[in-house]
Amino acid sequence: MTTITQPAPQRALTDVHRVAFARLFRVELRKLLDTRAGKWLLIAIGLLTLLFIVLALVFAKPPDLTYEHLVTGTATPQGFLLPVLAILAVTSEWSQRTGLVTFTLEPGRGRVVSAKLCAVVVLGIAAVLLALALAALANLLSGPARGGSGSWAFGVSGFRDIVILQLIGMIEGFAFGMLFMNSAAAIVLYFVLPIATSIIFNVVHWLQNHLAMWIDPSTTQAPLSQHTMHGTDWVHLLTGVLLWVALPFVIGTVRVLRSEVKSA
Amino acid sequence: MITVTGLTKRYGGFTAVDDVSFTAEPGQVTGFLGPNGAGKSTTMRMMCGLTPPTAGACTILGRGYADIPNPGRFVGVLLDASAQHTGRTGREVLNLGALLMGLDQARVDQLLDLVGLTPAEAARRTGNYSLGMRQRLGIAHALLGDPQVLILDEPANGLDPAGIRWMRGLLRTFADRGGTVLLSSHLLAEVEVIADDLVIIGRGRIVAHGSKADLLEAQGTVVRGLDPVALEAALVGAGLAYRSRPDGGLLVSANAEQVGRAAAAGGVVLVELGRQGAALEDMFLELTAADAREAVPA
Repeated sequence: MTTITQPAPQRALTDVHRVAFARLFRVELRKLLDTRAGKWLLIAIGLLTLLFIVLALVFAKPPDLTYEHLVTGTATPQGFLLPVLAILAVTSEWSQRTGLVTFTLEPGRGRVVSAKLCAVVVLGIAAVLLALALAALANLLSGPARGGSGSWAFGVSGFRDIVILQLIGMIEGFAFGMLFMNSAAAIVLYFVLPIATSIIFNVVHWLQNHLAMWIDPSTTQAPLSQHTMHGTDWVHLLTGVLLWVALPFVIGTVRVLRSEVKSA
Repeated sequence: MITVTGLTKRYGGFTAVDDVSFTAEPGQVTGFLGPNGAGKSTTMRMMCGLTPPTAGACTILGRGYADIPNPGRFVGVLLDASAQHTGRTGREVLNLGALLMGLDQARVDQLLDLVGLTPAEAARRTGNYSLGMRQRLGIAHALLGDPQVLILDEPANGLDPAGIRWMRGLLRTFADRGGTVLLSSHLLAEVEVIADDLVIIGRGRIVAHGSKADLLEAQGTVVRGLDPVALEAALVGAGLAYRSRPDGGLLVSANAEQVGRAAAAGGVVLVELGRQGAALEDMFLELTAADAREAVPA
């Protein structure tokens, strides 16, 4: 074992700048990749995306083998796993207690949260790009291999809808993570609360007829996943997002900024 | 330099930390002592901006923690060695710190070497580390930014005797170079060896604060004479208060010189004169008796 050999550091406080946001972002991005859980979650997202594409290519009816159908198929596995990635990005600081180090090295918690959100969004968009690329490859192969339609009809709106859909899920997961600061609670409630809401809306007809399009997330997001967005669909989507994403995001942010970071 | 002024933390009706004020000077190792639940960790978290104080403030190098730019470059903090992602390797924990602080990655190897973690150990996930290895990693992380101040919560916990001796040398060197060290511990013998100054806290309040030498001297002097009766007479003659110890020695409320002079005046041959063993432990138990969970035998 060696000992410290350098002379006493006499760095002045005024000589050092605060940690640049780009560096915070790189660290948060790396933290999503450098743990066993994070690495396998990303591998799972990639493999499941590939699996859905391959299954569609092998088993779908030839007329259904279009670019739009292939892309939409990938939205399901990604829609499940990308929010989990977003949740863990936040909650691991509490569940794994690393927040003690994270918020000591950067006391600006708002900056840490922003860097995390950027890192999560970048990985999410990368996953969607992967899905778009694999779907394109499959669509090229579908004609020669299965006599598929091979239609490329998708439009700018198609790209827009898939990106918005996945971003809503991820940011909602991120918000739930901040709200509950606990991996298990955030993941379970992220999946259970919308399902419970849908069940209630399906059972109570008055709600189904009058409020579902505003509140029930599966209803407000349906036109988005089906690429049929128009007119009031956007207003319905917005109210749903305000309730399910913005509200937990605001409360969660306040919790993260104000709460005590403890080791136990 | 750490300056704590009136730090207070209340949780509802419970006061965890009550008006705590002290300074930790550069060049000194300041030991922060107290029974379990006395408020040591809460105080340290408030110092680092992790727990918002109800009242009071703490400055490190003259600034509040949140106003220190790139704080890892000035303050090395280890609050809980086990607070690491179990799925991340030891080396990666340091890599992340170096990346955030803007340090050269070579610094990581330097620190791993310093704390005695081998490349093979550094490549393992921290979930597989022993507590002693986590402490070494935590100390490496605290030293990574080449700081001027160290804040360490129970750093000796889990270290083997060789590790404790190594850490003692490390902290001594750090302080001798002009660094400020604040370490909390319940390993009293350990603190007695390394600390220059002591801050003793019980039930959230400071019960004693000062240099180790002064505090221990106030604990009195142990003396034993060849003729115990003559010795007691000499002490009475010199007006010194004392009480008998179970081992036959006397504990005198005076310093060694005063006791020595009294004995010389009475012509008593001394066979022992000095500070009592485990003095810090006695003082600690006495000062925090009101707050302890176990009754202390008088």
